[in-house]
Amino acid sequence: MSDTLSTTKKPSPAPPPSAAPSSRSLAIARLRDLALVPAIIAVAIVGSIVNPVFLSSDNIINVLQSMSEIAILVLAQTIVLITGKMDLSLESTFGLAPGIAAWLIVDPALTRGLGLGVLPDGWAIPVVLLVGALVGAFNGLLIVRFGLNGFIVTLGMLIILRGLLTGISGGQTFFALPESMTYLGSASWFGVPASIWVSLLLFAAGVVVLGHTRAGRALYAIGGNEDAARAAGIRTDRVLWIALIVASVLAALAGLLISGRLAAVPSAQGSGAIFQVFAAAVIGGVSLNGGRGSVFGAFTGVLLLFMIINVLTLAGVPAQWTNFLNGAVILVALVVSRITGGKAQT
Amino acid sequence: MSAAPHRPGDGLADDGQPVVEAVNITKRFGSTLALSEAGILVRRGETHALVGRNGAGKSTLVSILTGLQAADAGAVAFDGRPAPPLGDRDAWRQRVACVYQKSTIIPTLTVAENLFLNRHARGRSGLIRWSSLRREAEQLLATWSVDVDVRQPASTLSVEQRQFVEIARALSFGARFIILDEPTAQLDAAGINRLFTRIRDLRAHGVTFLFISHHLQEIYELCDRVTVFRDARHVVTADVAELSKQALVAAMTGEDVTMPEADHRPLPSDAPVLLSVRDLVTSSGAEFSLEARAGEVVGIAGGGGSGKVEVAEAIVGLARPAGGTVAVGGRALRPGSVPDAIDAGVGLVPQDRHREGLVASMSIAENVTMTVPHRVGRYGLISSARRDALARDTIADLAIKASGPHVPASDLSGGNQQKVVMGRALASDPRVLVLITPTAGVDVRSKQTLLGVVEDVRSRGTTVLVVSDELDDLRICDRVLVMFQGRVVGEMAHGWSDNDLVAAMEGVDLHHV
Repeated sequence: MSDTLSTTKKPSPAPPPSAAPSSRSLAIARLRDLALVPAIIAVAIVGSIVNPVFLSSDNIINVLQSMSEIAILVLAQTIVLITGKMDLSLESTFGLAPGIAAWLIVDPALTRGLGLGVLPDGWAIPVVLLVGALVGAFNGLLIVRFGLNGFIVTLGMLIILRGLLTGISGGQTFFALPESMTYLGSASWFGVPASIWVSLLLFAAGVVVLGHTRAGRALYAIGGNEDAARAAGIRTDRVLWIALIVASVLAALAGLLISGRLAAVPSAQGSGAIFQVFAAAVIGGVSLNGGRGSVFGAFTGVLLLFMIINVLTLAGVPAQWTNFLNGAVILVALVVSRITGGKAQT
Repeated sequence: MSAAPHRPGDGLADDGQPVVEAVNITKRFGSTLALSEAGILVRRGETHALVGRNGAGKSTLVSILTGLQAADAGAVAFDGRPAPPLGDRDAWRQRVACVYQKSTIIPTLTVAENLFLNRHARGRSGLIRWSSLRREAEQLLATWSVDVDVRQPASTLSVEQRQFVEIARALSFGARFIILDEPTAQLDAAGINRLFTRIRDLRAHGVTFLFISHHLQEIYELCDRVTVFRDARHVVTADVAELSKQALVAAMTGEDVTMPEADHRPLPSDAPVLLSVRDLVTSSGAEFSLEARAGEVVGIAGGGGSGKVEVAEAIVGLARPAGGTVAVGGRALRPGSVPDAIDAGVGLVPQDRHREGLVASMSIAENVTMTVPHRVGRYGLISSARRDALARDTIADLAIKASGPHVPASDLSGGNQQKVVMGRALASDPRVLVLITPTAGVDVRSKQTLLGVVEDVRSRGTTVLVVSDELDDLRICDRVLVMFQGRVVGEMAHGWSDNDLVAAMEGVDLHHV
């Protein structure tokens, strides 16, 4: 018994605690953001070997434009994931927001009875963003205020919103959109499509906000340990609510871009996109458990996915095999990031 | 110093301004009285120990002293001034900080960011300036000589470093009164020494500590004064030097309501060894060996972190041990396999009935027969008539207060729920019955019934293991093995004295001091 006493009695002159991780592991931790850059370079090299067109400016712009709308969805999902929640309904908001704007604005005389034509053209963008904000606020009401499970709430919202769009459109496609809706998706600024500018600017803003503002850091704190964040004086409920609203507004904006690009709002717009969005975010190092990941990492994730798809297209892979390869790419990219990141993606 | 109740503040010298004084604090949670007119007074510059057994009200007092909860009655004052309103977190943080066992560090963020969370250094643009944030963090840690790289993620900190960082953060808010809630529970001996050195250094710089520990030895090593809580009440406050260990243990245990002791006939000398545990090593590193004979009741005692629960869970297959063998009646059990253990005749009452013991939404009958589907059915189909019959027997045997076998377990009181768990363990007529904290949170009556069951089954030749830190549970045992920090440190035959056993569980040896 006296042995047990000695555990606290015998003062062994102990060395001060040393910093546990070596500088090497620290460097890796900071480089995690860049984990996919080698993979992106590798794909670029392979792509240029497969087809020299790959690195031409036209093709690069093509890749960036084709990913710009999904990329904004990834940004939105990243914001939500970092807080430790998830929002499945983004893909339906992506279709519904421009759908409602089109429904209210499109002239039924031009479109065989589709649409109401009750609002002037100029209202398009405000309506799109407002629908996004309302969806986010409602998600927040159920998840934050009533404490419901975010996965199930947004799954329900995904179905409801998709059904709402199908209902108002009668399952058809809105067309004859006003100029105010098509401008952002089809215009070109300085020789580059506006949608590329918009998505890159939003990502740049995301990097700054999440990395360099207290509000952004609050997202990480909540996702890492919500109780500790509250103890540090962060208004966790308010921050979560705002994060959900911002994400939905971003999804609405992304929907506007693609509607503008296609000059139409199909009732299935965005359907099934959420899986690709999750895959891109997770490949980019964003943790599904919250608290970990970065906007830049998410960008590299979505870029890598679309580059690989582009390479496959250039290599002449039949379109019927695209889905199979997409899935394989997601799994391979996860394995790669597991190896480079050194920790399991969760 | 006797263990007689003293009013807080009794015998305190007039010198030394109190850093904090709590008077007549009462706090209820539902029907439970967590604190009853309790109080504490901590003087500036001292290191004050707060001790008491589980449920004595220590954690409730801490949450009231740190402003996380409001007391139902009573007053808290810092430096002689009333405590700030609950909503004013900043004001509380300037007065008091607590380093909890559960970390309030965000593991995914860097140490620097954790130190200045939500008060990051910002430039003129309103954006965070990471370089000056890091510099401030380095300065802060250097001031309190904490040797940690502020750029590393907090998840890479050891428990000890994490505590130092939390202490430094608390000090940076201006608090000079720090509560340490069982800071040594997860530290090794060297780490404890470094922590104590740090605490003494900080005390020399005018920091006051309230130190909560289950290890009495540490209190004698470190603290100036000690306050004892028992059963939601303040029992005594005294200078550590004036309070002997016996008196301290007596103050903690008090005069418990004694349970009727089981009748102890000596085991027949030819009783065969039924349970044999050889060189068991749990994944947490606890070591254990045991040979128990048929009809023997063996207690495994120990405080939190002693490894007693891990050992029991390894024996019944809930956790896979790192090494060693368990055999029941000569048959070796497959490590980490509950089905194999049940098949060999092991019955279990798990530690947490809400987590592992019951499916609250299912009926008593379904819960009781969960481990024995073959008894209530044939060809994979369950006969509800047989199931209900078996459940009715259990309800009668264990005096479960319920209108019938179809009542959902969630409708029962804690004591009756625990009886259902016991009924489930008994449904398979076990040869070895393992009870982990079998009477936690149940009333006296249920306790009697539950412990009475043990006497019943042992007379039928079942070996019983009682894993607990409750003296009443252990009193029914033929012998008690005491565990401390993962090792069996003593064995006590039936008839031990309360003080000896409590002292042994706390890691103190009353006879060798």
